[in-house]
Amino acid sequence: MLPYLLAVWIFLAGLYGIVTSRDLIHTTVCVSVCQSSTYILLLAIGYRKHATAPVYGDIPSSRRVVDPIVQALTLTDIVVAVAVSSLLIALALRVYDSSNSLDPSQIVGQRG
Amino acid sequence: MTNQLRLALFGVGALCVGALLVWGVLDLPAFGHYAGPYGEIIARVVEPQRHMANAVTAVVFDYRGFDTMGEELILFSAASAVALLLREIKEEDTISVVDAVRSDALNGVGVLASVTTFVLALYVVAHGFISPGGGFQGGVVLATAFLIVFLTVEYHAYERLATTRFAEPLESFGAGAYVAIGLVGLGLGFSFLENFLPLGVTGRLRSGGSAAIVNWASALAVAGAFVLIFSEYLEGNMAARYGRGRRL
Amino acid sequence: MVPLQSVALLFVALGALLVVLARDVVRQALLFSLYGFALVVLFLVFQAPDVALSALVVSAVAYPIVLVGALARVAAHRKRRG
Repeated sequence: MLPYLLAVWIFLAGLYGIVTSRDLIHTTVCVSVCQSSTYILLLAIGYRKHATAPVYGDIPSSRRVVDPIVQALTLTDIVVAVAVSSLLIALALRVYDSSNSLDPSQIVGQRG
Repeated sequence: MTNQLRLALFGVGALCVGALLVWGVLDLPAFGHYAGPYGEIIARVVEPQRHMANAVTAVVFDYRGFDTMGEELILFSAASAVALLLREIKEEDTISVVDAVRSDALNGVGVLASVTTFVLALYVVAHGFISPGGGFQGGVVLATAFLIVFLTVEYHAYERLATTRFAEPLESFGAGAYVAIGLVGLGLGFSFLENFLPLGVTGRLRSGGSAAIVNWASALAVAGAFVLIFSEYLEGNMAARYGRGRRL
Repeated sequence: MVPLQSVALLFVALGALLVVLARDVVRQALLFSLYGFALVVLFLVFQAPDVALSALVVSAVAYPIVLVGALARVAAHRKRRG
């Protein structure tokens, strides 16, 4: 149960960061924190007690292993997450170009 | 909206969302007691059916290859969008950059480290179906090999090695090859992205069939995408620091 | 749950809190990298070496370059304007 609650905790912590953020780059990092809760949730669902990683190099094929599917999902998730974060930061830099500020409360209502 | 009001609103919202999430996870199978049949089936059939030792890469590039194609295209479009957003710098803005590392020892070690990293990346990609690793991880390591040149030698040396002219075709070729392999299989009478080549021997470098080609294609696409993203960020930085800098 | 898993969970929970509470963006970028490594350890003890490798390359190379790149760019611009 604890790992699931950790995922909830991290998601809420990321949301808190987004809400209180005073800097768009800071916001992007908080979004990444939010996203990392999905990795933990997925891996926690696929985990099995006394099981090893699903790599049959040196282990007999009868060995109990954890779920490889959720790991595959998480794997691609992580790499795509960083590409999307870099896109968000590029957008933040463009906003900075046009309004000379990264603080959302100063950007709102300005005409570029 | 004042900060207090904002926080109060967030508190109410977070309580509700948190309660919903906790309620949701309470009905999941207890931690360590995975119940679903799919992972169990894949883990049992992956070796006899696909001759791959690493079940995770087998799922990524073979069983769910179509899914990964979507991820690949997200990566492709994100990297292209970064290039589109940040490319305002003209070449003359970075031509005056003086950024060379003036230490022969550091240069030498840097080149050595870069080459070693390059080989390590190829190793990680090639052994994707045997040990942990594969196209995604190896692709990022491949991009790192170029970055080490920037860190230890000079910006212009990095620029010549990893120009966007080189990274962009690499990324496009990788993403295109991924789709093309699926289409070739389709033309030969298989389903899209179905494994149509001889599968080889489990645990050998030549195993995986056509999924091995998909693995290499995605390695190229990931490496190209990340070199492109890094180049755009570094270029903007150098222009802001040393160039005349019209805007940033 | 294995003791190692509990420790890793604790580090990740603390790391996430520190990252969102950091107000200074440079300090946050540093903490975010540390949080990334806590995640790598968690993935390892969850028997997911592929995912750990993926998180490792991302938090060691990709995030720092993008974040520090953006921060340095903004800092250079602010300095130029005085």
